[in-house]
Amino acid sequence: MSSLLKITDLHVSVADTPILKGVNLEIRQGEIHALMGPNGSGKSTLAYALAGHPNYSVTSGTIEIDGVNITELEADERARLGMFLAFQYPVVIPGVKVADFIRHAISNIRNPDRKEGEGLVGMREFRKEIKSRMEELGMDVEFARRYLNDGFSGGEKKRMEILQMAMLQPKFAILDETDSGLDSDAVRVVSEGLAKLSGPEMGVLIITHHERLLEFNPPQYTHVMLGGRIVETGDASLAHDLHANGYAAIRERHPEAAADNAQAEAAAV
Amino acid sequence: MSATLDIDRIGYSSEVFEDFLKSRSEPDWIMDARRTAYAKYEELLGEELDPEEFKRVDLRIFNAAKFRPSEAASNADSIQTLLANETEYGGQIAHVDGHSGTATLADSIAEQGVLFGDLQTLLTENRETLEPYFLQQAVRPDADRFAAWHAAFWTSGTLLYVPKGVTVDLPLHSLIAHTNDGVADFGHTLIIVEDEARATLLEETTSADSDASGLHVGCVELIVGKHANLRYVQLQNWNQKTWHFAHQGGNVDSEGSLQWTVVGLGSKLSHIHQDVNLNGRAATAEVNGVTFASNRQKISYYTQQHHRQQGTHSDLLYKEVLRDDSRVIWRGMIKVDPAAQQTDGYQRSDALMLSRDARCDSIPGLEIEADDVRCTHGATTGRVDEEQIFYAQSRGISEKEAMHMIVEGFFQQVYDRIPIEVVRETLSRTVQGKLGIEATASV
Repeated sequence: MSSLLKITDLHVSVADTPILKGVNLEIRQGEIHALMGPNGSGKSTLAYALAGHPNYSVTSGTIEIDGVNITELEADERARLGMFLAFQYPVVIPGVKVADFIRHAISNIRNPDRKEGEGLVGMREFRKEIKSRMEELGMDVEFARRYLNDGFSGGEKKRMEILQMAMLQPKFAILDETDSGLDSDAVRVVSEGLAKLSGPEMGVLIITHHERLLEFNPPQYTHVMLGGRIVETGDASLAHDLHANGYAAIRERHPEAAADNAQAEAAAV
Repeated sequence: MSATLDIDRIGYSSEVFEDFLKSRSEPDWIMDARRTAYAKYEELLGEELDPEEFKRVDLRIFNAAKFRPSEAASNADSIQTLLANETEYGGQIAHVDGHSGTATLADSIAEQGVLFGDLQTLLTENRETLEPYFLQQAVRPDADRFAAWHAAFWTSGTLLYVPKGVTVDLPLHSLIAHTNDGVADFGHTLIIVEDEARATLLEETTSADSDASGLHVGCVELIVGKHANLRYVQLQNWNQKTWHFAHQGGNVDSEGSLQWTVVGLGSKLSHIHQDVNLNGRAATAEVNGVTFASNRQKISYYTQQHHRQQGTHSDLLYKEVLRDDSRVIWRGMIKVDPAAQQTDGYQRSDALMLSRDARCDSIPGLEIEADDVRCTHGATTGRVDEEQIFYAQSRGISEKEAMHMIVEGFFQQVYDRIPIEVVRETLSRTVQGKLGIEATASV
């Protein structure tokens, strides 16, 4: 049976400011969902809240994986249950080699009861695995020896996110503007990489402003976020329409959410 | 004169010195040098320590009367070392409670005229060669109270002398250990690498008993000749009941290079005065510092990179991690003399705070008297970045493990500069041990 990520009436605040105001969403393994919406609508907040960032507090509602409530779990516990976030702005960790970081990560994901200091996945099989994954993504194997995201270009960082996703094989992957700030070649590499990885074992939530990532990874569902809610859901054609025509029509159809959104956008400036 | 001066608390009286002299059997020239140093010491005891160097070093609870040089040597067998058994050495020596043991030195090295072993014996046997160096060049007995104290009372020491043009490929190892409670040792390290010679010495300090209090008033002198190369590592790993004071100097002649790594893990309080003197044209020095303070440890450094000649290059990187209620002080100075044009000097100290109760003072400084130089300096103090922790957690790594990875990564940047694999591995393992990571077998 395929796994289900179920988000029910999720309210999230950041520093006591309510951002998400009742989000409902269900993602099954094997499905691709696109999440679109203007600035300030709460897309990244949803991504961080799902991953378990401590600054994003859930004030009501639940997040469940296969009926298990993960709302109160730490980020690492969620990751061990199959949650993955590809960061919009991947973090630099100086002095920690890509290979060491990923080896620790997959050791925890594949052996969720592992404690610090306990065995890591074998070096030989790990090397073989990361090498073949890097080759699939067109990455120089030398990157494994570099320090995590340290001195990486924007495109290299995003590719590193996709590599981690490939190695961690999550049940649910959230891609937070993985295509932003990249030139068209880099967008193509990332899009193709995701297309190769997604399949019946992975549910994907793609947060994007662009259409390119969705061309390679056509969504079954497109959700539109406005003022901290999902106000409309459609198929791939909705994404196409929003890309071509913008959010004016959506705002007209949902004036209350549009007003909330305008307020949030003004507050962010 | 301070009315509250209490010699027995801050140092050793002339009675202690006379007793100490009686316990030594040494040639007159060494005894005379001790007497001269003691006279200087008595004078310096009456003076304030340089506030620039010592105002942040809290010596109020230091009581010298609790510590005396030990009369008998202890057994070295039970002493745990971090480095002694980790690689192949060309020679080894251990000093326990201020008494030197017998040194080993590979025949192939000894045959080339290399001297290695107990300082007192070798000084006595090779006065002509060694006297011009010993406490004459890199560290002077009148430098300050601690240097003078050491010069009067030095108990034991490691000497390494590498003649001109000789390369010693294998590293040498020196161990300075305490076993008994209340012991004072005044260990000395003198390394002379003549022109075009090369050598590596790895030195460590350790306490056999984690509960025994101790005092080390040490001195390190590194003399690097023209086109010579010396790699020297001192890993200070005393227990947390040991006071550590050291005056350390390295002199580098033309086109010579010195790679000097200072590691501070142990001690109750430590203060190291470290001078690097670039005395010849195009001399270079790379200085690495790795410090990890915990509990109520206080670890202090006063470093000076002194450029005296044209085209000299110095590069200092200190990394400090502080936990619990610990305190670290780093005061660094780059000095450039008027003659030292086309000098390139760099200094940086980065501190990572793991606790809100820890405190770090990093004070870089420049004194430049030449006009065509490039000198940069910087110091940072920061906490572990929450976003780094979250990023690692989002990959399934626990908060604690993430923090440990970040600390190791922080030190990695200085390990990368240490060209000796056994040192990098030992430091990594030792830091993991101090972080409390128990390694278990791989699956």
